Amino acid sequence: MRIGALPNVTSQRTDNLRARTRGAKAVPSICCYCAVGCATLAHVDDGGKLLNVEGDPESPISGGHLCPKGAALFGLTVNTARWTTVKYRAPYAERWEERPLEWAMDRIAGLVKETRERTFVKERDGKRVNHTLGIASLGGATFGIEENYLLGKLMRSLGVVSIENQARI
Amino acid sequence: MSTGFFTDTTLCIGCKACEVACKQWNELPSDGFEFTGESYDNTTELSATTWRHVSFSEKVERKPELPYPQTRWLMSSDVCKHCTHAGCLEACPTGAIIRNEFGNVYIQPDVCNGCGYCVPACPFGVVDLMQMVGGKDGDPKYNTNVLRADRMEHTAVQAIGGIAGKCTLCYDRQRSDLEPACSKACPTESIQFGDLDELRERARKRVEQLQGRQVQARLYGVDENWSVGTLGAFFLLTDAPAEYDLPERPVLPSTHQPAAYASAAVAATALFLIGSLIFTRS
Amino acid sequence: MPGLGTSFGRGGATTFVQDLKNSDCILIEGSNFAECHPVAFRFVMQAKERGAKIIHVDPRFTRTSALADTYVPIRSGTDIVFLGAIINWVLRNERYFKEYVQHYTNASSILTEEFRDTEDLEGLFSGFNESARSGGGGSAQSHEGASQSRGEAAPGGGYDTQSWQFEEEEVPRFDGTGTASVVRRDPSLQHERCVFQVLRRHFARYDAQMVQDVCGTPRALFEEVCEALASNSGRERTAAIAYAVGWTQHTVGVQYIRTAAILQLLLGNVGRPGGGIMALRGHANIQGATDIPTLYDLLPGYLPMPAIQRDEQDLASYLKSNAKPTGWWANLPKYMVSLLKAFYGDAATKENGYCFDYLPQLTGDHSMIPTQVAMKDGEVKGYFVIGQNPAASGLNAELGRAAMERLEWMVNLDSYETDTASFWRREGADPAKIPTECFFIPAATVLEKDGTLTNTNRLLQFHEKAVEPAGASRSDLSFIYQLGLRLKECYKTSTDPKDRPILDMTWAYAHEDERERSRGEPSALAVMQEINGYRVSSGEQVSGFTELQEDGSTACGGWIYSGVCPDKQTHRARNREADDYTSPDWGFSWPANRRMLYNRASADPAGKPWSEAKKYVWWDERGQEWTGYDVPDFPLTKAPDTPAKPGATGMDAHSGSDPFIMQLDGRGAIFVSSTLKDGPLPTHYEPLNSLVPNALYKQQHNPVMCEWKRRDNPYNGVANEDYPYILTTYRLTEHSGIMTKYVPWLAELQPALFAEIDPELAVARNLKNGDWVTIRTAVGEIEARALVSGRIQPLRLAKGRWVHQIGLPYNYAPLGLAHGDSSGDLVPLVMDPNVSIHEAKTLTCNIRAGRRNKRKRSHVDEDVPAAQRSQEGAPTAHGRDFPGPQR
Repeated sequence: MRIGALPNVTSQRTDNLRARTRGAKAVPSICCYCAVGCATLAHVDDGGKLLNVEGDPESPISGGHLCPKGAALFGLTVNTARWTTVKYRAPYAERWEERPLEWAMDRIAGLVKETRERTFVKERDGKRVNHTLGIASLGGATFGIEENYLLGKLMRSLGVVSIENQARI
Repeated sequence: MSTGFFTDTTLCIGCKACEVACKQWNELPSDGFEFTGESYDNTTELSATTWRHVSFSEKVERKPELPYPQTRWLMSSDVCKHCTHAGCLEACPTGAIIRNEFGNVYIQPDVCNGCGYCVPACPFGVVDLMQMVGGKDGDPKYNTNVLRADRMEHTAVQAIGGIAGKCTLCYDRQRSDLEPACSKACPTESIQFGDLDELRERARKRVEQLQGRQVQARLYGVDENWSVGTLGAFFLLTDAPAEYDLPERPVLPSTHQPAAYASAAVAATALFLIGSLIFTRS
Repeated sequence: MPGLGTSFGRGGATTFVQDLKNSDCILIEGSNFAECHPVAFRFVMQAKERGAKIIHVDPRFTRTSALADTYVPIRSGTDIVFLGAIINWVLRNERYFKEYVQHYTNASSILTEEFRDTEDLEGLFSGFNESARSGGGGSAQSHEGASQSRGEAAPGGGYDTQSWQFEEEEVPRFDGTGTASVVRRDPSLQHERCVFQVLRRHFARYDAQMVQDVCGTPRALFEEVCEALASNSGRERTAAIAYAVGWTQHTVGVQYIRTAAILQLLLGNVGRPGGGIMALRGHANIQGATDIPTLYDLLPGYLPMPAIQRDEQDLASYLKSNAKPTGWWANLPKYMVSLLKAFYGDAATKENGYCFDYLPQLTGDHSMIPTQVAMKDGEVKGYFVIGQNPAASGLNAELGRAAMERLEWMVNLDSYETDTASFWRREGADPAKIPTECFFIPAATVLEKDGTLTNTNRLLQFHEKAVEPAGASRSDLSFIYQLGLRLKECYKTSTDPKDRPILDMTWAYAHEDERERSRGEPSALAVMQEINGYRVSSGEQVSGFTELQEDGSTACGGWIYSGVCPDKQTHRARNREADDYTSPDWGFSWPANRRMLYNRASADPAGKPWSEAKKYVWWDERGQEWTGYDVPDFPLTKAPDTPAKPGATGMDAHSGSDPFIMQLDGRGAIFVSSTLKDGPLPTHYEPLNSLVPNALYKQQHNPVMCEWKRRDNPYNGVANEDYPYILTTYRLTEHSGIMTKYVPWLAELQPALFAEIDPELAVARNLKNGDWVTIRTAVGEIEARALVSGRIQPLRLAKGRWVHQIGLPYNYAPLGLAHGDSSGDLVPLVMDPNVSIHEAKTLTCNIRAGRRNKRKRSHVDEDVPAAQRSQEGAPTAHGRDFPGPQR
């Protein structure tokens, strides 16, 4: 076959070449983009590092196949453009600042309470309404079932009625 | 046994999953973010860091008998052909390019010195040079600044040298009994991986089936008598190869050499004769 | 969508994507299937390889069209004419499936003499209240699922549906005690007031010529589609219809889906293999976010939120106004009481109405658009935005961004910087003048958390956490859980009754794993177990919704998902065992793990398969039960010859051959007698922004659509020469929203916003391929790169008028590696009256060469005069106000 001048000489690297996912844990997951629901496997090494994401061939829906977005799931998670710190922008400020998560959570809870107290309406036209229109929430639709349920439960218990998500849009 | 790809372009939906799956598995960077205006093709060609490339070919025909134009939009995923007679392999002076146990043409990145002789030797324009960065244990890695997008542009990573890059047919995956990333991802199985003899048989049947449906189907890289030999990655086309950015008749550069040798021999003989004459006369 | 819900009973795709491969003909319309759902498209390709005919109807020739057997061009916004004409063709040519129509649909039901059709009233149905205004009703109509029929006037005006009801007759009660009223029917379908004949007359003028004149679709192509659908339907063959947001994002969107539903009922394709309507949802959990919703008007499981307009002040009045006498919805009280028990635990008792009064009441339409308007007018103070980017993908997006400037605080959860999070530093904004206090909470990606997503065909699938969240990122669930804990702490000393819901809300979701618990992560499993439901006394899981009770002995957070965690050890959404067809052990499909809905209809009235080729679920004579390849969507042992019991409640009121168990009468609804605010039958209305007058009726628009006539939301109007081209928006294979735009591998594939322009228009307006162009509507202007392509073709309408359509992706915004202007800046605020969805699929615009002006503050950013405002952001006008041009 070979018509080149040199014989096939392989390096040690070539001799040892194997898929980097060999022996790695394959964690079952689902693609977060469209609603087809392709099954994926996320390969993770012993140190908990993500090595690779590819389709789960067992899925009756996707059969291991993925579209370009699904095939790029690795790059959604492992990406230096991600914002992985809590950020805060004070009124009239020109930039974001980093803050601890605990501080932000306390501050947000305080603002929710304060706004709720100020805008809560118990009655309207002689009818009980027990709601606030001063707080609203909007969720995307990669927001999972458990997340939707818990947010709905919390918001309704606060009296928030303007609760919406991407499904409307 | 030789493995390879059969790309059935009649099944391609142009989604580019193959391009991305390839880049993800092989940790290849993006080639930049330029809008080209060339149909839906913004990566435009195979490169040292784009090993699968989907071409788009639009054609609109107006037929007088119909009140509306007939549009056809061909999509096809191109890749290294893993030629039986590979120009790149012939041209490689370092032995970096080998034919592996699967019959595929493989560039050993740790052996390649980036001389670039393979680049013009490829009749399909597949091989190209890319920048490499050092990985741990001195293992060369492709420039994975793909993941360093925080400045929203390519961040320059210091290169330790150029290297030739092209499809490896996922040599590492094949060694671990996995199919290549692109064919695995392909949602419509336009890209099929397997034993080449089986793939060719399947492809011939597919052509017959399509011809039975009045589709002008033909194979590319199977039965032609080209200097590159049969292709380890061959295609089913429904239009001229040029519509898919493929050469009508790929020619191995080295096939020009015998002719060159012949003319050199003629010249040498002539010189000898002239010289002889001179000496004879003296 | 209630398009499906009102027609069949449940607001979900009737089938599952794998089953498309069994189709003999697939009509894809309102969907760019190959581009937006590429992996599911493989089943379309498999059908095609089997010899099925694939048809794509779309304003643009897309990657889907390239793979279809037939591409059919259409003017965007005219699908009801196209589909209505197919219905007319099927009726005229007697190509409908007679037995199916007779037995399984309400075609035989007879309407009262009061009913008047749009043919009689120039595009209006009887009952229109001219002076009243629709919208802003907070009517809690069924959004996705529950088929509600309350026979009430739409709150705030619009249609009074009294005249849309069926005529009733008195028959002896099943138990011999007097009589009961039932709907009068004529099984011969000949009575002039039966639905079948009404339908005939309603669509009589929708014909091939009308299609050519209004849709711009050549007659030959239209007829090819009709023939393909009809010849691939019937006993031996089935045809499927697939749609997506190309049908929903219209002021008449629900009625588009209704037209398809009517067609599929006539052809006998619902509940049968290879048939049905495949609703293709665009995002991973769109279906789930409607089933267990964060939608203002729905509680989990399609239970309506209580509203003051319906006087649902206590549990009894709520149950009275929402439970149905007949069909499955007679069970609603069990589901509502169990939900309240799940929410408020021991505090919910029979004596206090299970804490029903803890739920807030709706006073209007609190969906996204009215909320955005209310925010612009300063009524909203705080805003949670979770994994969503309204500053980019919103409607009248600059109005939306200006609205955010009026917030006191905003909390964003996302994995990347979004245009919404950083709205205060967008082009043209002056941060020094923006008082909003902003928080960005970094969110875990799907690989970094446990959770469940419901796919486009109602399939719940679990994803396991693979890696630790990056940096300080946490799951969204963790954020909500922690916020809840803190709020309980904030209010713990309160004695104010208004704070009881927070204090009494059950909130025990501590993670099973010690390490996760220490990080403050809640257990997604515990939440799902609550959604599944349990016995209050023992804490044991219920195995399905049939075990739920009205007496407070069971708790269930979402009855339709009941069965997903039937015991503490099992989570069926985690199941990963497939087979070669229905795969019951892969995930969990609501309801009750059914893959195909209404599958009783796959057998004839006697319970036998319509044909061997299309066998699916049938009556097993020997075993005396329903059996087949799927969980039967029918009471398991109810024999096909079981008669309906007049006067009985619940399922007993249906016969053994009524396959649509959620419906009052057990039948597919060709005619929807109430519920929908814009009519019992689909009718063509022109889009809000249209180039042409309505060719069919004097009524130009959907008469009850919701409009906002405000300075910051101007409309292009009808046939306005300043906006001479049609604009349609869509998404690309290569992108989703913000998530993909930072991923370099995707950004390089489609790096910038472009506009698809036909070659003739390019010549006319001197637009060069690859160059910048500026596109303008009354609400805003954006710039894009020109992509001149023969795939986009001008269409010829009536009187030889040519119209140009421009295509614009909806994926872009200024932030990200792939970026551009946001198409949302061109879309005005206007709403469908049924589901409060906007109209982004068909607009009018103008286009010129060159780049846009730099952004600076405009009238959109300023406050509107008080006279233009409305309380709670309610719509200020409806479609009837618009002076429709005379025919």
